[in-house]
Order: sequence, then structure tokens, then C-alpha cells
Amino acid sequence: MHRQTEQTMEQARQLGWLEQHLLNDFQHGLPLVSRPFKQVADKLGTTEDVVLETLTALQEQGFISRVGAVFRANSIGASTLAAMAVPEDRLEEVAQRVNGYTQVNHNYQRDHHFNLWFVVTAEHEETLRKVLDDIEQHTGIPVLYLPMLEDYHIDLGFELQFTAGN
Amino acid sequence: MDMKVSDKAIDTIPLILDDQDQRLITRMQLGLPMVAQPYAQLGRELGMSEEDVIQRLQYLLDEGVIKRMGVVVRHHELGYRANAMTVWDMPDDRVTELGRCIGQFEFVTLCYRRPRRLPEWPYNLFTMIHGQDRDEVMANIDMIHRRCGLESVKYEVLFSTRRFKQRGAIYRANSKS
Repeated sequence: MHRQTEQTMEQARQLGWLEQHLLNDFQHGLPLVSRPFKQVADKLGTTEDVVLETLTALQEQGFISRVGAVFRANSIGASTLAAMAVPEDRLEEVAQRVNGYTQVNHNYQRDHHFNLWFVVTAEHEETLRKVLDDIEQHTGIPVLYLPMLEDYHIDLGFELQFTAGN
Repeated sequence: MDMKVSDKAIDTIPLILDDQDQRLITRMQLGLPMVAQPYAQLGRELGMSEEDVIQRLQYLLDEGVIKRMGVVVRHHELGYRANAMTVWDMPDDRVTELGRCIGQFEFVTLCYRRPRRLPEWPYNLFTMIHGQDRDEVMANIDMIHRRCGLESVKYEVLFSTRRFKQRGAIYRANSKS
């Protein structure tokens, strides 16, 4: 594990009451009103300034990627999951080629016969298919095209369990 | 009528989004500005009034284009180091019911139906399951099995072993769809 990750995890364990509640209680339902952070502050018994400062700090520490909207997959633009079964000795080379496309935003090795998994996003489906075809042609390895057909997830955010402060 | 579950998406509802909506969506992917009146500031950037920004975001939320508004946390940095893509070979006539059952657990962050690619890929339901470590992820998968009654369903757990690339998707919403 990276040292930096160890550090942020130690910081995560030491988050205070306000930070924990900001992280857990407002993953959905941020009010669509003129001063949303004032309403958040009222609920947590603090001030708008403190809420804004604390959220900004959490963002700078890397615990929050943003405050705002989570969009439904494929409601804007097009995206797909794709998979390849890459021989072990070619994994690095193929992974780097896949990384080279700006349309690829996630790329993971997973322990399975299909060992390379990546997500491609583009404005149109045609662009997606072109990227996948290009990868297939240049590597000679078939690409599984696995677009989303239905989304069953009710996204209310992710409840974090904080261990007792130490 | 052929009642088989088709390979086509069934929940893509065409929505009329004008140019202003699309600029708003593109801008929203960067997150709200951390100021007292974030919607007013977005409005100034986009040439819209604060009321218009709020009203259009409410519309996108009501239509399901926006799934939620709030704090977007980074699991890994907050101690949830393990995640497994767990894939299931669900009977076609039960995939929707079972997908909805799995999709409600708080440790599940993605639950999608995708096409099978036979013969090499028999799985049609894809889920992302998080935990503080691999043991917790496996315990969570056991809980799903019990609660949704999946004892006889074939599945596989694919832990990630290396991250080659990860960044947020930035779509430029240009197309009328």
C-alpha cells in the first residue's frame, strides 16, 4: 500500500463529529435553494462559513471528490464497460495502450481469465465502438463490449462506518 | 409476442435537453462552487438566473438524469480499500427483480444489467461491492445471497489487483437525446 494512502486513512480515522456528519448525512438531498449550505449548517448546529470551510478542507484532503450532482449512467453521452483476456506477458503493453485513449477513464487489472477491465465514455456510441475496434485491431485481442442495459441501483450515497475515535 | 429480455436498453427515456441544459450539465460535472450561493454563481458563469439554475436542476433530478445531489465521497481514501466486481448469471425472467433486490444494499455502488457474451461470458448482472477489506466484501456478498435468495445462482467475484487509470468521466453533452 502507498504511504500516502496510509496517511489519509489515519486522517480519516481521526475525523471529527462535524466532518463525519457532513460526509454521511448529505450524500443526497442537498437542498435546491439559494443558500443550501446555510440549511446544512442549521441542521448541524453550526454556521454556513464553517460548513463551507470544512467541505473545502475535506475536498483538499481527498475525502470528497466534489459536492454536487451524480448523473445517471448514459443519460448524457455514451459509456460502456469492456473486458479483455490478455496474456500475462503482454498485460503491461496492452494496459498502456488502453490508457492512451482519452475516452478511457477507468482501467483495472482483475484476477480472472478476463484480466483487463476498462470503462470508455464518449459523446456518441459510434465513437465508443471505434475506440474498441481500434484496440482490437492494434492488439489482436478480442474486446468484450458490455454496455449497460438497465440500472437497478437506487443511489442514496454510501454509508460510512467510522470506528470510535482514538 | 416474444417475451424474452432483449439485448436493448429498456430504460433510456428520450429527454429534451436544450443547449442551456447541456451547458449546465457539463458545468455540474465539476461540482458546485464552494460559496454561500452556489446556484447564483453557476448562473453568472452560464448566463442564467439563480432561479433558472435551481429550476432546471430540480427538473433533471425529477427526471432521473441526476440521481442525487450532495457530497460525493471517495471510498478508498475513507478506508474502504477493497472492492469487488461481482457478476451473476441471473435467469432472464428474474434479473430485474433480483437486480432491484441487490441494488438496495448500502455497500453496493453499482448494479447494472449488461449483455451476456456466450460462450465465454455467461454473466448478465454486474455489481460493485465495497468493504474495508476483502473479508468484509465477502461477508457482504454472503448477506446478499441470503437476503435475495441466490443460493443456486452462478457468480464470480473479481477483485481488482491493479489500478492502471482512474479519473472522473467528463462528458460533453452535445447530442440531443
